[in-house]
Amino acid sequence: MDGFRYLNNVVTLALDQPTCTGCGRCVEVCPHQVFIIARGKAVLADRDACMECGACALNCPVKAITVDAGVGCAIGIISEWLRERKLSKGRYC
Amino acid sequence: MPCISSKLVYADHLGTCKARWGIGRMNYIVPPGLYACGAPDSGSPVVVTANYKMTYDAVRQALAGRNVWVLVLETFGINVWCAAGKGTFGTEELVRRVTSSELAKVVTHRRLVLPILGAPGVAAHEVTRRCGFTVSYATIHAVDLPKYLDNGMVTTPAMRALRFSWYDRLVLIPVEVVLELKSLAVISAVVLLACAAAGGLPVGMAAFVAYVGAALSGIVLGPLLLPWLPGKSFALKGAVVGLLWTCCFLLLTGGHWTPLATTAAFLILPSVSAYHTLNFTGCTTFTSRSGVRKEMRFGLPVMGISIVTGTLLLVLSRFIQG
Repeated sequence: MDGFRYLNNVVTLALDQPTCTGCGRCVEVCPHQVFIIARGKAVLADRDACMECGACALNCPVKAITVDAGVGCAIGIISEWLRERKLSKGRYC
Repeated sequence: MPCISSKLVYADHLGTCKARWGIGRMNYIVPPGLYACGAPDSGSPVVVTANYKMTYDAVRQALAGRNVWVLVLETFGINVWCAAGKGTFGTEELVRRVTSSELAKVVTHRRLVLPILGAPGVAAHEVTRRCGFTVSYATIHAVDLPKYLDNGMVTTPAMRALRFSWYDRLVLIPVEVVLELKSLAVISAVVLLACAAAGGLPVGMAAFVAYVGAALSGIVLGPLLLPWLPGKSFALKGAVVGLLWTCCFLLLTGGHWTPLATTAAFLILPSVSAYHTLNFTGCTTFTSRSGVRKEMRFGLPVMGISIVTGTLLLVLSRFIQG
């Protein structure tokens, strides 16, 4: 998108290709063109462009995609850490 | 059936302006439900959206002159993207709203048109299984909806492309400043009082300006200059604007600072800016949670150590002078 790129080799996105039926939903929902369909199966064409929004995993009818999706803002993650350590109820946004 | 106007009037623009500054942004919530835009019939498309003021305004403006059904979901005044992340723009709410509005009796087709950025909350196959309607993820931007409808409801690659222009980033900044005002006020007051107590009012004022400048550099300049700042890490980009601000500050104040105070400024101010720019990751649509976590695991300790070291240097410089 517009030449914006984030860090490489960090995302948790994984595709189990044997399970994939090639329906193309992931291509349809991904805002960063991470997937393409090749020979009737989804392929991770640009994994580092993933922003872990989770749209592909949620919309995959055969659950072939997994990703640790969630908020990506610093304050959100800090409040998550605090909540995990039971230091705060952690309200944000 | 309530009808909606596709024309934005002065009050709508004023409301947008106020909402951008965080003023009463929850006073504009659109009641969820089914609305008619133009004179839709049983064959007209059904466009689904959120009940955030600016989202709803963008959709109805885009649909000017068209006959379309608009199904507004209850997202509690939150935009599609954030609401999808929270799950309020989600499968449950969509199925509930389709059922409660008796959409199946209003239209003869069984197709819902959803924004692409709503997909993180909606499982299309679940919606179909539960209410019989299929889901088409149409476009990212509401402004592309007319092209989508004219294109036989087929999404082109351009409609799927995210944009994040200078202006897109600019309009996000006021509310970021407003959200940070409280912490900025508290920290800058502490900085002012502590430095004034240690070195007199002029030193306190200088420290106050230095801190507020560093924070604003991180909140305002970091996001605006985003594509032109080096590196991919937001913390690094923030540190760079902070470094620029530190140089400006030292030059503007005449550069008569002791070496210890100068070193302290170079340690503290870029860290402050780095933190604030790192926080802008929450406003973007290309940063991943894992990436932000990685930046924070590395960045927060570095920022913390820099700020503590810088503060110790300031205390030390006071003793040397004193």
